[in-house]
Amino acid sequence: MTRETLTNTALALALLAVPLWAWAADEPFIITMATKVAILALAGVGLNIALGLGGLVSLGHAAFFGIGGYAMGILASHAQTYAPLTEWPLLIEGTKSMPVIWLVAVAFSALAALLIGALSLRTSGVYFIMITLAFGQMLYYFAISWPAYGGEDGLSIYLRNSFPGLNTLDPIQFFALAYALLCAGLWLAARLAASPFGLALNAARQAPARVETVGMVPYRLRLTAFVISGAVTGLAGALFADLNRFVSPSMFSWQTSGEIMVFLILGGTARLFGPVAGAAAFIILEQVLGGLSEYWHVYLGLLLLAVVLYAPGGLIGALAGRERRHD
Amino acid sequence: MTTILLIEQILNGLQFGVMLFLTAAGLTLVFGVMGLINLAHGSLFMIGAFAAAAVAGATGSFLLASAASIAAAAAAGAVVEIAVIRRLYGRDHLDQVLATFALILIFSEGTRWLFGSSPLFLDVPSWLSGPVTLPGGILYPLYRLVLIAVGLVIAAGLFLLISRTRLGVRIRAGEADREMIAALGVDISKLYTVVFALGAALAGLAGALVGAIQSVQVGMGEPVLILAFVVIVIGGIGSIKGALVGAILVGLTDTLGGVLLPELFRLFMDNAAATATGSALATMLIYILMAVVLILRPTGLYGERA
Repeated sequence: MTRETLTNTALALALLAVPLWAWAADEPFIITMATKVAILALAGVGLNIALGLGGLVSLGHAAFFGIGGYAMGILASHAQTYAPLTEWPLLIEGTKSMPVIWLVAVAFSALAALLIGALSLRTSGVYFIMITLAFGQMLYYFAISWPAYGGEDGLSIYLRNSFPGLNTLDPIQFFALAYALLCAGLWLAARLAASPFGLALNAARQAPARVETVGMVPYRLRLTAFVISGAVTGLAGALFADLNRFVSPSMFSWQTSGEIMVFLILGGTARLFGPVAGAAAFIILEQVLGGLSEYWHVYLGLLLLAVVLYAPGGLIGALAGRERRHD
Repeated sequence: MTTILLIEQILNGLQFGVMLFLTAAGLTLVFGVMGLINLAHGSLFMIGAFAAAAVAGATGSFLLASAASIAAAAAAGAVVEIAVIRRLYGRDHLDQVLATFALILIFSEGTRWLFGSSPLFLDVPSWLSGPVTLPGGILYPLYRLVLIAVGLVIAAGLFLLISRTRLGVRIRAGEADREMIAALGVDISKLYTVVFALGAALAGLAGALVGAIQSVQVGMGEPVLILAFVVIVIGGIGSIKGALVGAILVGLTDTLGGVLLPELFRLFMDNAAATATGSALATMLIYILMAVVLILRPTGLYGERA
């Protein structure tokens, strides 16, 4: 077992142990925090597939996070009012069923990632960063000016959606769902990285010309990665909306994209458990520093700056040592 | 839709565009010369506005306030360049994005700390307030006309600075080959500090000038930053001319879209639906414009071919 595997296992167990302890000690707030960590980490796992593996610095992943959130909000609000989404040509009703909502969230965020990626991947470098940012902003303003689903005020859902056999209103049971999905996301990311596709994508990041020489098309590899990445982040968005029982345009804002990226850098880019460590650190900092000072963002900023300037490997890098250099 | 309203909107668009140019010029200069993405540029815009509001509050002089905005933003820019940005030139874009994102957090919360959360107000000075009558009987606020004029004068000055002066030659040389001009004895790190402070000063001035028509508050820099990025990406990163064309294009698209799109939809929709659809689409219009430009020309209108 390498030091990184050891660190990862410890992190996975800690994220499980803390809410279990909180459950025993009857501390629902801590369970909710752990759920938030798991969900935000899943969003980070999604971005990590594009950014860590594919080298695609997307500053617009809030687009997919928000689409997932709105998939939940729209379906659940229709179920809440018993108003069908459409009646013609097909009767589509709202739903409160999580698995259905997840599927819709994944499908729509994947579709959006396909469209956005197909256009954005024509550019590269700083232009790619900016065009993804622009698409995120487009959706942000669209959500703000779309009065049917709350516009600027967002949408509240009074009861959390349901999952067969579970009581999702019980914090620990909802945590179990989020944790299971995070594990599935991590498993997918690990499998992808080790697969022939992942290796080709990694190669396309480091030496696109050579990848082309052997007959593969970097554009297609990157687009596939971008779609998978968007879908995972969309799923996290649906869960996040369910956690808060609320969606608003702020899920689409570029600060959200920035924060998801902060999880990666804080935890360690391109490291499997980077987003988990990063999201956990972020939430803990928010709680601890937020308790100390109203202006905790100053300290967060200073810390982030220190990590970027002096500890490029992030938390996982600090715990598990530098990665073997590939490039 | 009357002609007068249309002309007013075009002037508004021009004014918005010119102010965007002041903000975008620094961003594109810093990217062109140093290859650095600076997300904290909007914070420098905010610092300019706050410095101006504070000085105007204390002295009552708008000119002093404008000077203070330039000085404060340039000083903040120089300090940030020396303390942080300098270490990021050799890093990849991801590190630059994150470090400057961190700077936004620090600047925004720091400003909230100093000035509190409630917005400040910076008034248009009395000698610049009130409308003027333009040919054709159009009444237009004098202050906005002055903004257009000031912006265009600064744009012209910047072109002269870059194309005619020794500093401009060095800036352009730094863009082309930084090792070579360092070898020729130019103090490149001082040059970078100067360019960064110059960009910051322009953003700070824009913040003060715009601050008189909006409220001055924490977070006011971020929307402007995003727009400035849209501008330089449309224009082609590193090109001052591109920034000017892009800024005016974005300014006009944004202002005219808000007026014309609902009108357009009214041709084949009922009134309420047309207003809703038209204004929803109008808020997205500049991002659509940017996407279209990048799809057609992946390096922007005046960008160098990749």
